Amino acid sequence: MIDLQERPVLAAKARLRKDARSGRYLLLYPERGMELNATGVEIVRLCNGQSTVGEIVDTLARRYASAPSGLIESEVLSFLGALEDRALLARDGHP
Amino acid sequence: MATPSPGASGHSPAPGAAAAEEARPYTLVAELTYRCPLACVYCSNPSDFYRHRPELDTAQWLDVITAAEALGVVQLNLSGGEPLLRDDLEQLVSCAERLQLYTNLITSGLPLVRSRLADLRDAGLANVQLSIQDVTREGSERISGKVSFEHKLQVARWVKELRLPLTLNFVLHRDNLAHVPEMIALAESLEADRLELANTQYLGWALHNRAALLPSAEQLQVAREHAAAARRRTKGKMEVLFVTPDYYAERPRPCMDGWGRRFMLVSPTGLVLPCHLAHTLPGLEWWSVRDAPLTSIWQHSPGLQAFRGEAWMPEPCRSCERRGVDFGGCRCQAYHLTGNAAHTDPACALSPHHELIVLARRSGQTPGPPVPLRYRRKGSETRT
Repeated sequence: MIDLQERPVLAAKARLRKDARSGRYLLLYPERGMELNATGVEIVRLCNGQSTVGEIVDTLARRYASAPSGLIESEVLSFLGALEDRALLARDGHP
Repeated sequence: MATPSPGASGHSPAPGAAAAEEARPYTLVAELTYRCPLACVYCSNPSDFYRHRPELDTAQWLDVITAAEALGVVQLNLSGGEPLLRDDLEQLVSCAERLQLYTNLITSGLPLVRSRLADLRDAGLANVQLSIQDVTREGSERISGKVSFEHKLQVARWVKELRLPLTLNFVLHRDNLAHVPEMIALAESLEADRLELANTQYLGWALHNRAALLPSAEQLQVAREHAAAARRRTKGKMEVLFVTPDYYAERPRPCMDGWGRRFMLVSPTGLVLPCHLAHTLPGLEWWSVRDAPLTSIWQHSPGLQAFRGEAWMPEPCRSCERRGVDFGGCRCQAYHLTGNAAHTDPACALSPHHELIVLARRSGQTPGPPVPLRYRRKGSETRT
């Protein structure tokens, strides 16, 4: 389980690109890819080794001010967990 | 807030959607050459690999890559044979990088020097997938017919020094399944990002060598448990993949995610194929990028159309609820074992020809005297 104080960074093997056909973003890694929605893209872009998980949650909470309290945190954690399951995250600024 | 759910990996749509959807290639497998310094006994190239000439030139490959991207391709596997034998690899990688393709070099690591690997990284290479045959020099040589083990370890270290992601690929069979714990330890010591423990599938050269390579169910189970334990332990650091041989699966593998559906393979001479061996099936017509635009080939090639969707399916596939999951399995396996590529893959327990698989498994359970290996060399495919 990822911790709010950690500073996640996208693993070197993952690359984000826009899919010209669907207009959606794809996170590509060896032999696989996943389609991200707008929020997923924002989270991935914040996995820069600078922001803590807590700061990522705060950034999204400001953007989606109407979302119920706690929901954003749980969704960010679950998304980061899904990235971690695929070994797509490194921590503390070391891709 | 929209749910940031990551969606399924592998671009696969829901089961049962195979017939209606549009075929879109996500991955181009560019088999740049069938030449290779190794002679592995399970090579996925055709038996008559040396007859497939001449190879496409640089300009033709650049056109293929560009046209494939326009068709929807986002992943490029540079494969072979040994892609490093092409001296235009850097140009192809640069072109792919301009098109934002995720380029994976699938290599034996021979012949390679560090400076060339640095050039490929600078050109935009996204990942290196290095094959290693076993955990010792002798075991590797026995399978590949060449001393290469120490050099491969050196290549793996260069990959990490250059901060490129590293996939290690071990092809598993009877003689190295017991070494899976050492393979895992080696991958961890080399800091691999992904470890593929992929059992041999018995097609092509591996089918010639099946009697020497097919493992027992017990061997597989032990190795699978080691892989599962490693997956839990290395979670977040190293992906661990274990691929079961079709011969020990009750339901067929979704070969290439369906025929002409998600993968496009271009052979060294320019044939556009659904998989590595489709051009060895009799009676199918394949079109070449030398003769027609890639878009037109992808849509209209008679070979690609032959087993697309579900119209070709016999029973038990036709009414099977898994037909959109496994797509009837592997056409090449159906042909090589039953003589008809339009049969259900005999690996499926529901296939009327499944007995062929059951009989072969018995030879894996109780191996007889040692069988000589046939190496991937000109002439050895016809040896008896």
